[in-house]
Amino acid sequence: MSFKDQFGEEPDKLAERAEMVGDEMAPVLYPIDENLSLGAPELAQVLKNFRASVLAWSEAAYSRPRTAVKTVRQRSWRLAAGWALGCALVAGGVSGGVHERHHRQELARMAAAARAAEQQRLVAEQRVREEEEDLLAKVDSDVSREVPSAMEPLAQLMAEDEAR
Amino acid sequence: MATAEEIAAQGFSRVVESHRPQIFRFLLASTRDPDLAETLTQECFLKAHRNWGSFRGESSAMTWLMRIAINLQKDHWRNRRMQFWRQARMNSVDLDEASEWLPSGERSAEQQLLAREQVGRVWKAVEGLSERQRTVFLLRYVEEMELSEIARATGLSEGTVKAHLSRAVARVRAELGGRR
Repeated sequence: MSFKDQFGEEPDKLAERAEMVGDEMAPVLYPIDENLSLGAPELAQVLKNFRASVLAWSEAAYSRPRTAVKTVRQRSWRLAAGWALGCALVAGGVSGGVHERHHRQELARMAAAARAAEQQRLVAEQRVREEEEDLLAKVDSDVSREVPSAMEPLAQLMAEDEAR
Repeated sequence: MATAEEIAAQGFSRVVESHRPQIFRFLLASTRDPDLAETLTQECFLKAHRNWGSFRGESSAMTWLMRIAINLQKDHWRNRRMQFWRQARMNSVDLDEASEWLPSGERSAEQQLLAREQVGRVWKAVEGLSERQRTVFLLRYVEEMELSEIARATGLSEGTVKAHLSRAVARVRAELGGRR
């Protein structure tokens, strides 16, 4: 197939062509630099060399020894190691968190118990103090008299004289 | 006597044998990554095998397979773009290495050097093409497919194929002529 058959125009006229906008076509003009443009035979030779290069590379790559199995194993090993490490980190983090939480709860419980014991001690002390005060008051009321009982009649006489 | 399934399996085996190198070559030229080309080739034939029963022979088996390969390639880049495109680009062979695969033929050392340099420039131009332009260019100038076949393989009209091809050739010409 000639260049013209393929593109509908000679190589020199290739500058004027359709610009693709999606699948819609709109004409656009490309400037031609005669000094830099390539002749069709030269371009054809370069494209032939390009094809030969791709063919040679493809043939070499196609017949190379396959390493797919090894690669898959390495990947799966790495994947498993990654998962194991990830799981270990997550488990460590979770157990550390649980331990820390448990430790804090234990400390809080001990502090609460200490506070409750202190409270009970204060209440007990207060109760003892009140009982002592009551006892002393009772003793005072029981034992305190203005004059001894042997002098009671004399004291009454004196009180009558003063009243008179 | 062979069953219809056995005949179909034999037919598919022959298709794999005869077209696998060509599909691999197209995918290698498109991606410049031998491992990726190998993987996509495997996927292409796996998909073809699953749908072998629905292949009605309206186009040639090669055109049908090429269409599957083009779609796989498109899907791959679409999926990779968001995730591992950096890695994917890293796996690609660079342009200089790709242009080294040129048979020496009966050329002198100087001619050989010039030819390699020109092939390198074509690779550079191909790298700068849009996905469609690149596909059409490779199908025409590497696989030497007719425009009508390219149109069937890509799902584009012949006119659109022509337009893409002429743009791609213009870019190659510009690159070879020294224009940027």
